[in-house]
Amino acid sequence: MPDGAPIAPSPQGLLRFLTCGSVDDGKSTLIGRLLHESAAIHTDQMETLRRDSQRFGTTGEEIDFSLLLDGLEDERQQRITIDVAYRFFSTPRRSFIVADTPGHEQYTRNMATGASTADLAVLLVDARKGVLVQTRRHALIASLLGIRQIVLAVNKLDLVDFDRATFERIAHDFAAFAGPLGFAAVTAIPISARFGDNVTASSPRLPWYSGPTLLGHLESVELGDAAAAPFRFPVQWVNRPNLDFRGFAGTVAAGSIAVGDPLLAMGSDRSTRVKEIVTFDGNLDRAGPGDAVTLTVADEIDVSRGDLLVDPAARAEYADQFAAHLIWFQDEHLVPGRSYWLKLGAKTVLASVTTLKHRIDINTGGHDAARTLELNEIGFCNLSTNAPIAFDPYAKSHETGAFILIDRYTNETAGAGMIAFALHRASNIEWQALTIGPGERARQKGQQSAILWFTGLSGAGKSTIANRLDRKLHELGRHTMLLDGDNVRHGLNRDLGFTDTDRVENIRRAAEVARLMGEAGLIVITAFISPFRADRRMAREIASPHAFLEVFVDTPLEECQRRDPKGLYARAVAGAIPNFTGIDSPYEAPEDAELRLETVGADADALADRIIDELRQRHIIG
Amino acid sequence: MTLAADILINAARQKPLPADLRQLENEAIGILREAAAEFSRPVLMYSVGKDSSVLLHLALKAFHPAKPPFPVLHIDTTWKFREMIAFRDATAKRVGIDLIVHTNQEGLARGINPIASGSALHTQVMKTEALKQALDQHGFDAAFGGARRDEEKSRAKERIFSIRGAGHMWNPRAQRPELWHLFNTRLRPGETMRVFPLSNWTELDVWRYIEHEGIEVVPLYFARERPVVQRGGTWIMVDDDRLPLEPGETPEIRRVRFRTLGCYPLSGAMESGAATIADIIAELRGAGVSERQGRLIDSDGEASMERKKREGYF
Repeated sequence: MPDGAPIAPSPQGLLRFLTCGSVDDGKSTLIGRLLHESAAIHTDQMETLRRDSQRFGTTGEEIDFSLLLDGLEDERQQRITIDVAYRFFSTPRRSFIVADTPGHEQYTRNMATGASTADLAVLLVDARKGVLVQTRRHALIASLLGIRQIVLAVNKLDLVDFDRATFERIAHDFAAFAGPLGFAAVTAIPISARFGDNVTASSPRLPWYSGPTLLGHLESVELGDAAAAPFRFPVQWVNRPNLDFRGFAGTVAAGSIAVGDPLLAMGSDRSTRVKEIVTFDGNLDRAGPGDAVTLTVADEIDVSRGDLLVDPAARAEYADQFAAHLIWFQDEHLVPGRSYWLKLGAKTVLASVTTLKHRIDINTGGHDAARTLELNEIGFCNLSTNAPIAFDPYAKSHETGAFILIDRYTNETAGAGMIAFALHRASNIEWQALTIGPGERARQKGQQSAILWFTGLSGAGKSTIANRLDRKLHELGRHTMLLDGDNVRHGLNRDLGFTDTDRVENIRRAAEVARLMGEAGLIVITAFISPFRADRRMAREIASPHAFLEVFVDTPLEECQRRDPKGLYARAVAGAIPNFTGIDSPYEAPEDAELRLETVGADADALADRIIDELRQRHIIG
Repeated sequence: MTLAADILINAARQKPLPADLRQLENEAIGILREAAAEFSRPVLMYSVGKDSSVLLHLALKAFHPAKPPFPVLHIDTTWKFREMIAFRDATAKRVGIDLIVHTNQEGLARGINPIASGSALHTQVMKTEALKQALDQHGFDAAFGGARRDEEKSRAKERIFSIRGAGHMWNPRAQRPELWHLFNTRLRPGETMRVFPLSNWTELDVWRYIEHEGIEVVPLYFARERPVVQRGGTWIMVDDDRLPLEPGETPEIRRVRFRTLGCYPLSGAMESGAATIADIIAELRGAGVSERQGRLIDSDGEASMERKKREGYF
């Protein structure tokens, strides 16, 4: 490791590890020392560091290694670390990538991010303080993210006179707590990061300790053999440069494969054999975990991006419902029932949380009842996807058992999940084919089925216009049905309130009913406030294959409050109605509604006629 | 291909890649494929430097036997070393890839240059603005870059898939968390993505990989006698007659090499005897100076790289 050492051959490959600790446990000092002693800090960086230490540092005359790690201007000025940083060093035996996660705000999110690709976690404990609530939290998150190797680095041993009993008590306390967390190995190592004892070289001040140094352990720790798992290959890219070549490019997620081995495409259940394992450097006989290769197969089978190729003798799960741990990342809380994009491997589908079973208290591991998840909270829930997907439980295979949820409106990464098990309820109920085909019932009525989805604030005029329209269409001999939000809440949806979750379910049920009525051949008019874009989009998806026209009844809030036909605004402003749209719950105006009706100064009949014109133009009515 | 041919090719690979480089290569190939699959019009930013050479090599690997399904873009400030331009054109021809060269013509017309305008303005107009122009003109929704997290502190916290808002601005506080190898690639209108497949590589990894894979790089990286003048503690090469000499300055011949390449008046050379890749690696193992130190643009001010990135720089 000293300067001028021979070129690192890194026979052990790459070890990715995560460091976690509370604010003053000495984490930055430890990483700084590892980098410094492996010559990963250059002299010009040391010079900058020395200058920064005098300017911003909190360590007096000494070098403040935390300044080396705080990369962003905001952080240096505010002396907080806001994100995950990655550091690199290598020794002749191994190369290392360190994910450094701050112990401040956003802790769960950052630690989960760092842990997702880590093979090992170093948990720092201050020898004077022992195992703290934070230590338990770090261990719990590491366990949830499937880290199997834990190093308990008992730091600041110089401040307890290198006392053996103190170290052993802390190691014992932690072992008792970590027992149920399912780690493959917990290794406790006594160190002093500040003075370098037992970090990279063993220390004469620890004569009673005969185990490895921290770096020695990191260099030699054996990781599990991923090649022994069943073969999993998510198809990332179909490579088709010409008619003679069709290959499936991807990275082996688990297991290994050899030329001639059988393969099965999950979903289509078509099987074949591996013909070639193609790489730029020539064909291979065999590929193992992590190898980015291109497979050609013996038979013409229909495979596209997002499909999962597996060992036919050990198939993956295939279902549209599953239970999973979910970590929430968004400022906006989780809305059960709302649809999000779900990305798993190379597959993206729509998904929603159907049931939130419980929230996990990350300090105790206890289960709390909850209706939603806020930023940085972790829950256990059931999810449902709009199409079946292939996956494994996360405990069996990280790459095929992990997913992210993406907000459909903001595109933010809303959450990350780890699948626990498949739920097979849905697969027991088959779709029953109907003998009268789609569209036949509507044709008999001389019209096309359609759903006119009215949206707007309370008092905007939805019900008034919808009723005029319904009457006019009826008089024109058209077959219609009007679903009014208030009326539906008296019957079908009388069990629902006005929380975000209940509003989603209200819309989901209304959309399902509208879809059934559409199948009966009707022109369905719905009048629901439906304040959230995501939920209207869900309604549109449920209602397809019928024509779906979003009708935005656009009336300014002040005008609605002035009209206040039911006296609701007055009560809401007085605080008597919580979650009232426009007052203490948002209304997200449509951006691409098929029709936008401005009601101020307009006549309800004229607006209804405009809708009829639109229906004629779209050939929904003749 | 016959089995015998397979065996021959496998046997021809005398030295298999070390395990850590193999892992980095696999990761980068996965990232290149993911971006190519998810974006409608990606482009590979090619700066002609060593990292770009590695990136291009990885792109050839990722899509083999097809060609990479995206063009290569070079932002030409007109102040690159002549050897860089010659190398760029030869590489494009050899590899058979679609090369787009873009220069900020408006900046050129305004007479912006690194000497009279200063490095900050030159970089802003001829690199950052030029890049934004090219991305907008061609409608590229994603651009691959060769940036590494070990280069500089603000890069250490940037995502592999780094979203840019309107005007290609980077907002370090609004970065998407990146877990496992699952990348959120969704864009709203006006947004674009920068993608960094070499995020987890170090400078040493890059050179070791170049050595193992036999990747060609610009000869400026290797020590040779070159005409230079000393300025601000570093050696500036007199690449052509556009470099005005200060009073008393006369070019001298020194044995120098470049650790990092950019516009020649802004790229400092180091005195070195490293004439081969193996020499460079040996030099790096003993090096006390970080790679970006030769870059004059990074020392424009504290946190200058972060500010440039916020403005849309790579």
